[in-house]
Order: sequence, then structure tokens, then C-alpha cells
Amino acid sequence: MKRSLALLEIVRMTLTILIALLIGYIFLLFSTKDVGEAFKWFLYGPLSNQRRFVEFLNNSVPLIMTGLALSLVFQAKVFNIGAEGCLFFGGFGAMLVALKFPQVSFLHLVVTLFSAALFGAAWAFVPAVLKAKWKASELVSSLMMNYIAYLLVLFLVNNYFRDKAAGALVSYRFPQTAWLATLTRYRLNSGFFIALSVAVLIGFILYFTKYGYQIRVVGANKKFGFYTGINVVLTTFWVQLLAGALAGLAGGIELTAMYRRFVWQSLPGYGFDGIIVAILARNNPFLVIPSALFIAYLRVGANIMSRMTGLAPEVVIVIQSVMILLVTAEALLERFKKRIVEREAMKGE
Amino acid sequence: MSNFFQNFIDPAFWYSVLRVSTPLLFAVMAALVSSISGSINIGIEGMMLMAAFWGNVIGAFMKNPWIGLLAGVASAIAMSLLLAFSHLKLRVNLVIAGVALNLFASGFTVFMLFALTGEKGTSASLGSQPIPRLDIPFLRDIPFLGKVLNNHNALTYLALISIFLVDYLIRKTPLGMRMRAVGENPDAATSVGVSMLRVKYLSLLLSGVFAGFAGSFLSMGYVSWFARDMTSGRGFIAIAAQALGGNSAILGALGALLFGIAEATGFTLQSLRIPSEITNMIPFILTLIVLIVYARTRVRSHSRIQEI
Repeated sequence: MKRSLALLEIVRMTLTILIALLIGYIFLLFSTKDVGEAFKWFLYGPLSNQRRFVEFLNNSVPLIMTGLALSLVFQAKVFNIGAEGCLFFGGFGAMLVALKFPQVSFLHLVVTLFSAALFGAAWAFVPAVLKAKWKASELVSSLMMNYIAYLLVLFLVNNYFRDKAAGALVSYRFPQTAWLATLTRYRLNSGFFIALSVAVLIGFILYFTKYGYQIRVVGANKKFGFYTGINVVLTTFWVQLLAGALAGLAGGIELTAMYRRFVWQSLPGYGFDGIIVAILARNNPFLVIPSALFIAYLRVGANIMSRMTGLAPEVVIVIQSVMILLVTAEALLERFKKRIVEREAMKGE
Repeated sequence: MSNFFQNFIDPAFWYSVLRVSTPLLFAVMAALVSSISGSINIGIEGMMLMAAFWGNVIGAFMKNPWIGLLAGVASAIAMSLLLAFSHLKLRVNLVIAGVALNLFASGFTVFMLFALTGEKGTSASLGSQPIPRLDIPFLRDIPFLGKVLNNHNALTYLALISIFLVDYLIRKTPLGMRMRAVGENPDAATSVGVSMLRVKYLSLLLSGVFAGFAGSFLSMGYVSWFARDMTSGRGFIAIAAQALGGNSAILGALGALLFGIAEATGFTLQSLRIPSEITNMIPFILTLIVLIVYARTRVRSHSRIQEI
């Protein structure tokens, strides 16, 4: 039965992706004459040359991290979607240390990334503590924290760390000791390997340790967790902090490897993309890797399409939101699932 | 500093409070009518954004703000039906569906804006058809109050009226009673023959109507163009303001006014050379404080905001 259910799940995913892409196609149909050309770039763009392929891998790095962060909180059934703010604030934390810490090679980078994670966790602390102490909705408070992070960091960076010699509104350049290496001449972000190992680590914690088990029990049934002696409040608190740290680290990696300055003047959106990454992965950290790669593929495909044809890449956001709705639709193909379960039950008799 | 305090006895300040409160008032009503029947509408933000976009664009194309308003509200209703269908028929988690809807609106509006105007920032190039302001003769002559209440956008008056309409709806009408019953205890409501599905559909639809007015006001009254993500969290702020007022439309409206005062104070502070990043933070920080205060003082409430 497990096999047929897994098969059904794959059918569902495929169906979802096809429907979502079809809707994207229809959107493009309305906005361009040569929809075939546009769609070709969208689907095949990231594979068309090496540079674009690396761009695709690089794009998946923050998505893996934020996808992990959201998988964790969703596993505990906590709707903290503040990953965006944590990532932004984590990026700021990285910048602070990168610019102010003495330039000791290796150590400087480690402290920079650690500070990114710490700042991310600190930002997640607010919704987490409001939830733990007063049961205030973490959904609303984490969203508010996103806006506050954006405004606060922008204020601090533009007023105190702005490099006036640079043409754009960016911070001073990080010293070389705080750079995360990029590999090959197409600049593959070495954070990719960090992200992969973090994914495996989080997966291990979630499925093979006591703490992970606690998180999953709290998510599956809060009352059961309480009666078996799990400190539900504390578990949901820590899981949000850990998620914040992951999102913050994502911001740190992105800045130290790809930009080497604080460059964001608007929220980069990785935190929100993390939602769809986690949902597609069914909140399983191991599956976050392929899921993030898939979303990164779509995003880079959309960007390449935009560069080649002049269409707006935002169509990919529309496609993602349709996917969220369809993947989480419990009623979709439910009849088949029921039939499989029933048939199996009959066999037993 | 004395400037700052003088500001509060200036009618122009209170006029601007009403102006900035208008979208919040509508949005709080949107949050209320859905929350009262047991569904928290996270998608208000997206519905507003959609309405702001279509209201402005259709208004500009048809050269008529009222047709624009109609299109704006219709688009928000379409979004609310999509939300209701996903949640009630496809059984998507309501919060996730709301988040998806917001993402959808954010991507869709930018995509369409670019397709229509070739720009990604604002729709200013389309020209604008703002909804007219109303000059009401007998209001004009009242000292002080006249300067506060008169010469507002037509939608501002509608927002004020809708507070009392919603209050009447949920307290006095059979439909309102059914909505409350479904919100309190769906099984009990069903057992006495109330169709839970129909009531929930209806209240989400109504929520869409109010969100539509809120969004249309933003692009056709507050300013006269559409800008990407121009709702900037008002839909979520409204959810917090509604929680503050519990199940009462009047208290919810007072909550919206509180946020309006915060926003207007922010403008005053900006004129005193305090950076806009800091003053823009005020409503969001206030939301956090409201969440805490509300959570601490509640005895035992049925508000949805606690359950998610």
C-alpha cells in the first residue's frame, strides 16, 4: 500500500506542476505574440550554457536554507513566516562583523557567518517569545517583523554604512578575509555545499534524534505531546529560533559569497519562496534539496526568459502560488487515495 | 517639540487621520466579517492589492473612476471566491491559502503592470481617474469638525457608514446571527439547519467586497496611481486591529483609527526631520504591542487570531 500511496503522491505532484505551468503558459499567451519562444527560454534556459547552469545552482543556495527554516516551523505546525526578515537582518549581522571585526583570515569569515545566524535567531526571538509567553499569533507578529527588519536595516545601512564612492545605494565592500569563496570562473557559490550539509544535518536531527521527534510530535498532535511530557511551549520556541538562525545564515552566505557588500534595497523574497520550497518538500529536510533546486530552476528560467524576451519574470510568482494551492489541496485526488486504502483494508480480511 | 503637540489640536491632523484610516477601516471590516464566521482571512492583503491594481487600470482605460471602483471590487471578490473554493472545496489550510493568494496578487499585479505599461514601479503613466471628493454644505460650516470631516474622498464616507452597516449586520440580522453561530460552533449551527458552507462562502465573499473597497481607495483616493506592493502590510495590520476589537465592528473601527493616528503621527514626525524609515515603522511596532496587550488582557475569547 505504501508503494501505491507514494505513486499517487508522485502523480499528484506531476499534475500540480503541469497545471501550474499551464497557467503560466496562459499568462504568457496574453502578454506576448511569440509564446513558444518565451516558454522555451523559461523551461530550458538554465541548461542552455554553463554560466546559466551555475546561476541556477547559486540561486538554490538561499532557497535551500529558507526552505529548511520553514520546513522546521511547519513540522511543528507553527506558522512563523518571518524567514524573510531573519534573512535580511542576518545579512545585516554579517555586514556588521565583516566590516568591524579584525581581519584575521578564516576566523573572520567564520565569525561573520556565525553573526548572520545569531542575528537571524535574534530576529526570530520576538515572535517566538510573544507566542510562548502570551500566545500572540506568530503569523501576524512574524510578518510585522519582516517589515520592521526591512525598514530598520535600510535605515542603518543607508545612514551609517553606505559607501558613497559606489554608484548605487550599497554598503562598504567587505574585506577579503570575510569572503566566502566562489568556485570556477562562473562563480559557483561554495555556500551550496554548506547548504547541502546543513540540509542533511537538519534532516538527521528531525528524523533521528529525540529533539526532532519532539518537534514532530508537537506538530502532529499538541495534546498528545503535552501528555507524554514534552514541553510544547519550549519546543515551539526553540524551533522558531533555529529556523531564524538558518534564515539568517542564508542572508550571510548570500552576501559574503555573491555580493561582498550589503546590496539589498528591497526584500529579496527568498523567505517567501522558502514557503513553497517547504510545502513542495512536504516539510522533509532531505526533500528540501530537490524542491529548492526545482524552484531555483523556475526562477532562473523566468529571469533568462525575461532577459531574452523582455517579459516580466514575475510570472514565476504566479506559478508558485498556484502550486502552493494545489499541493496543499487535501481534496485533490482524494478519491483515489481512499480507494487504495480501502482495497488494502479489504485484502486484510 | 511644541510644534509636535500643537499638531494634535490642528484639524488638518485629524483630517489626515481619517484619510489614512480609510483603507484600514474597510480592511478591518473585511477581517471582521470573515473572522466572525470562523475563518481568518490572511488574503486581505492580496485582495486589496488586486483591487488597487484593477481599480486604477480599468478606471484609467474607461476614463471613469466608478467603473474602476466596480472592477476593483469585482477583482477582490474573485480572489475571495478563489480563497473560499480552495479552503472549503479543495480543503487547503486557510492560512496557507491566504499566503498563496497574497503571493499570487503580488506577482500577478507586477506582471500585468509590466505587460500594460512597460514599467514595474507604478502605473502613473496610464493617467489617473481618482474618485472625487465630496464637499458637503452643512458639514462645511461647523467649526473645527467641518475641517476634519468635510471634503473627504467619497470612499471615506462609505467606510464610516460601513462600520454601522457591519455592526447592524452582525448584531441584528438573521444572516449575522448565522455567521456568528457558525463561528462559535459549526456543529451546533449545522444541527439546527444552518448551511455552514453557504454561510462561510458568503462571509468570505463579503470580506472580499470590503477588501475591494480598501484596495480601490489606495490607488484611486489615497494616491492616484498603482505602485507595486502598495498595500504594504495594511491587510495584516487590519487583522491585528480587528483582534483588538473582538467581535465588535465599533471597537474594531476604533482599532483602525488608532493605527490611523499612528500613521498620521509618523507623517508629522517626518516633517520634523525624523527619517521616514523610522516613522514608517510605527504602525508595525504598534501592531506588535497591540498583539501583546490583546493577548494579555483577553479573558476567554473566540477570536481566530489566537488559534493560528
